[in-house]
Amino acid sequence: MFYGTPLPGAEQEDYSGKLIVVEGTDGVGRSTHIALLRTWLESRGHAVLDTGMTRSVLAGRSIKEAKTGHTLGRLTMQLFYATDFIDRLENEMLPALRSGFIVLTDRYIYSAMARAEVRGIDSGWIRSIYGMSLVPDAVFYLRIQSAQELVTRVLASGRGFDYWESGRDVHLGEDFYDSFIAYQTRMLQVFDRMSSEYGFHVMNASRSVRSVAADLRRSVAKVIDEPSAVVSAPKKLEDHPRKAIPASQSQKFEKAAG
Amino acid sequence: MISYGSHRFPGKLFVVEGTDGSGKSTQLALLYQWLKAEGYPVFYSEWNSSPLVKDTTRRAKKRHLFTPATFSLLHATDFADRTERDIIPPLKAGAIVLADRYIYTAFARDVARGCARDWVRDVYKFAVKPQVGFFFRAPLEVAVDRIISGRPNLKYYEAGMDMGWTDDPEKSFTMFQGKILSEYDSMVDEFGLTVIDATRSIEAQQKEMRTIVVRHLKKRRSKTN
Repeated sequence: MFYGTPLPGAEQEDYSGKLIVVEGTDGVGRSTHIALLRTWLESRGHAVLDTGMTRSVLAGRSIKEAKTGHTLGRLTMQLFYATDFIDRLENEMLPALRSGFIVLTDRYIYSAMARAEVRGIDSGWIRSIYGMSLVPDAVFYLRIQSAQELVTRVLASGRGFDYWESGRDVHLGEDFYDSFIAYQTRMLQVFDRMSSEYGFHVMNASRSVRSVAADLRRSVAKVIDEPSAVVSAPKKLEDHPRKAIPASQSQKFEKAAG
Repeated sequence: MISYGSHRFPGKLFVVEGTDGSGKSTQLALLYQWLKAEGYPVFYSEWNSSPLVKDTTRRAKKRHLFTPATFSLLHATDFADRTERDIIPPLKAGAIVLADRYIYTAFARDVARGCARDWVRDVYKFAVKPQVGFFFRAPLEVAVDRIISGRPNLKYYEAGMDMGWTDDPEKSFTMFQGKILSEYDSMVDEFGLTVIDATRSIEAQQKEMRTIVVRHLKKRRSKTN
């Protein structure tokens, strides 16, 4: 099922796979949780495809290049992202779903629509463009209480403030900090509104990585019909083979949550 | 956000449209020279010219990466960049903007590729409405002939080969251009396009074009006097 006008040539079909979305603002730990879920799902015998914004063959690199400059206009940016998204939808997600994969996507159309809305772009316009997307089997929204809490994470990650994550192009604050707080606060508001509109499963992401991960497993198990009894507690994060989380960072998360 | 409708900028926007081989670019170049010679500030903008996007388009065409949806969206991205950079600012500055191909090209091509009419129109809702949209109409045989005789190899997407209708590029090109032409024809009333008979002499077409353009320029002068 599509949200709006379906993709050209796409037929209504039943996909044997499942489309699972992990959404949330910058720095809430989406990629950490996707890596954990992937390993867990694979260990349960499920084939997994994971994907995320700007990873398309068609437009991914160009978007990254454009973002390093200072000439990317508001509308151009939205359409560039839409191109990237649809390319991945048609060439990665749909084929994987047809083949029975579990598709884990780091963000979906909601982040793109929220960013557009915060930038004052007509929400009817952006929704119509993304109407071509498939309605996912589940959307897990990693929700954090406030932009201040995100700041702690951004600093803990060692990356510091990013131009786009701070919404500098929207001119909301004097410096990176003010701008980040104003921008992410607005993003959180838009996400809250979308939560009910699109039926997100809201996950309290202010807790430790372990308890969020355990919650996610339980919820994902329901979506894919894994008996919940076999859902074991996650192993220690440090053992995670794909993407090790620095001990210092996870401790900080625990501290921030505690 | 601007929504397709009459703009309030002091500049004027004229666009040319038509199938490949209709002679529209030649006509626009002649108009450009004339307006410049007349002392107007003129700015020229063409399809697929965004510095941020055009390399991606070129690569995707070469490697056949497009589907109808991404073909449409990447061209819309290119057009959005042109609008934000090359069209709105010069119009604000009071210049005459001449655009070689505009949203109608996307409407014709994307719908010919199977995108929904309403969806494509929605995508381009941010476009500025031109003062005049010239549609250089040549019968299908004429346009096809001009392109096929001029080029040894038809380009993959230009010939609509991505649709997989036939393996014969010439046949595919003719089919694709036929669909495009009928989309253009249906847009004449929808968007009030000005049809120019592209089978007439170059001079006659140019004369007609200048007569129409000058009307819009005079209007502006009498307003300021």
